[in-house]
Amino acid sequence: MSPADPLLTVTGLQKSFGDTQVLKSIDLQLESGTVVALVGPSGSGKTTVLRCLNGLETPDGGTVAFAGGPSVDFGGRVTRKQVLSLRDRSAMVFQNYNLFPHMTVLENIIEGPVQVQKRPRKEAVADAERLLERVGLAAKRHDHPFNLSGGQQQRVGIVRALALQPDLLLFDEPTSALDPELVGEVLTVIKELAEEKWTMVIVTHELAFAREVADEVVFMDGGVVVEHGHPDQVLRAPGGARPRRFVQRLLNPF
Amino acid sequence: MDWELVRTSFWPMLSGTLTATIPLALTSFVFGLALALVLAMMRISGQPILSGIARFYVSVIRGTPLLVQLFVIFYGLPSVGLTIDPWPSAIIAFSLNVGGYAAEVVRAAILSVPKGQWEAGHTIGMSRTLTLRRVILPQAARVSVPPLSNTFISLVKDTSLASVVLVTELFRVAQQIASSSQQFLLIYMEAAAIYWVFCLVLSSGQSALEKRLDRYVAR
Repeated sequence: MSPADPLLTVTGLQKSFGDTQVLKSIDLQLESGTVVALVGPSGSGKTTVLRCLNGLETPDGGTVAFAGGPSVDFGGRVTRKQVLSLRDRSAMVFQNYNLFPHMTVLENIIEGPVQVQKRPRKEAVADAERLLERVGLAAKRHDHPFNLSGGQQQRVGIVRALALQPDLLLFDEPTSALDPELVGEVLTVIKELAEEKWTMVIVTHELAFAREVADEVVFMDGGVVVEHGHPDQVLRAPGGARPRRFVQRLLNPF
Repeated sequence: MDWELVRTSFWPMLSGTLTATIPLALTSFVFGLALALVLAMMRISGQPILSGIARFYVSVIRGTPLLVQLFVIFYGLPSVGLTIDPWPSAIIAFSLNVGGYAAEVVRAAILSVPKGQWEAGHTIGMSRTLTLRRVILPQAARVSVPPLSNTFISLVKDTSLASVVLVTELFRVAQQIASSSQQFLLIYMEAAAIYWVFCLVLSSGQSALEKRLDRYVAR
């Protein structure tokens, strides 16, 4: 890990919805091949950070810079094209999967590569089948999403993101919508991706998981980064009072 | 009951249905739907001017009788030097009318697709247009089948108004036969029966289409 070579640098990211300032000033640095877990109470702005990185929200200020471009300064005038350029580098996995219900599993996965990236259909299908094989869903490739369990749908969601061949994977609470017994199968896939050195930002409430896979944990509260560092440091022995309370509440809900 | 008249009048009326009523309804529906899609997108665009124009259009179309719209186009426009033949007049009037009514249906159907579907399209790199075409409209189609079927069935019956601008469709044929035979009740009942049977066919077509589109839609 060489700190001199971050894949992504976020500085002073700000975002308001109406009068509510959701992100006050967020700084993040992401080394290539590392996993950052974004944790913190609901409403702390974690998801908004992720959505800004993927161009689903336009920040009001700050910069988002990828190594090798694009680099967008939201302090000045920003064109729609600039915001969209961020999307070429990352891919998003949603809490509610957001698979396309009218397409088969395979069609869901090749939609981006074929329709947007204009890759040959045959090649995209071969890639998709290889990825599906990896997450254990090759047999489901001609099924429609509503015939799959939540865990299977989310694994398809992950494959759909992988098929875009992004440099950065963004996970927005990937297991929050799942029944408890289905969480494991999704986390296993994400863990394998971490072992393969994918660069990922994961918004999660699964602290045990964050401790296991993340190289860095970023604790957010009230639109600012309260604490960040090695998972053991932030999650086992948090320095601040807020992270400590949050961790204790999650570990002992009663 | 004069069965011989029923029999001899049936063929001209059927022919009027096949050569005028149905083509008129189909053509106007296709044009109307295209117009509706444009209007719906204008409403959804969030731009006050576009949205305002669409809203005004829908208001005018829904707030004035179709018969009056037809008269304005066929009998009114010639006064400003714009003479349009019966067929195009009818198609223009019906298309504009269907466009106004279907616009609201299409708008509601598009809005019924969860926002996450737009985002999923965007996040895999699709433009708004591509997301609309590949992701949103296929899902909106299922939602809009019942109300659009209603619109289409109304349109089929409304084509009888084309008789007043001299298009020889089912009802105009019926009028001609009725006045020459003086059997008004019989002939008009027969015409009504033909409309009804045709609409029954359309209703069963609607059910089949719903079933077909249901296959892949999660509920």
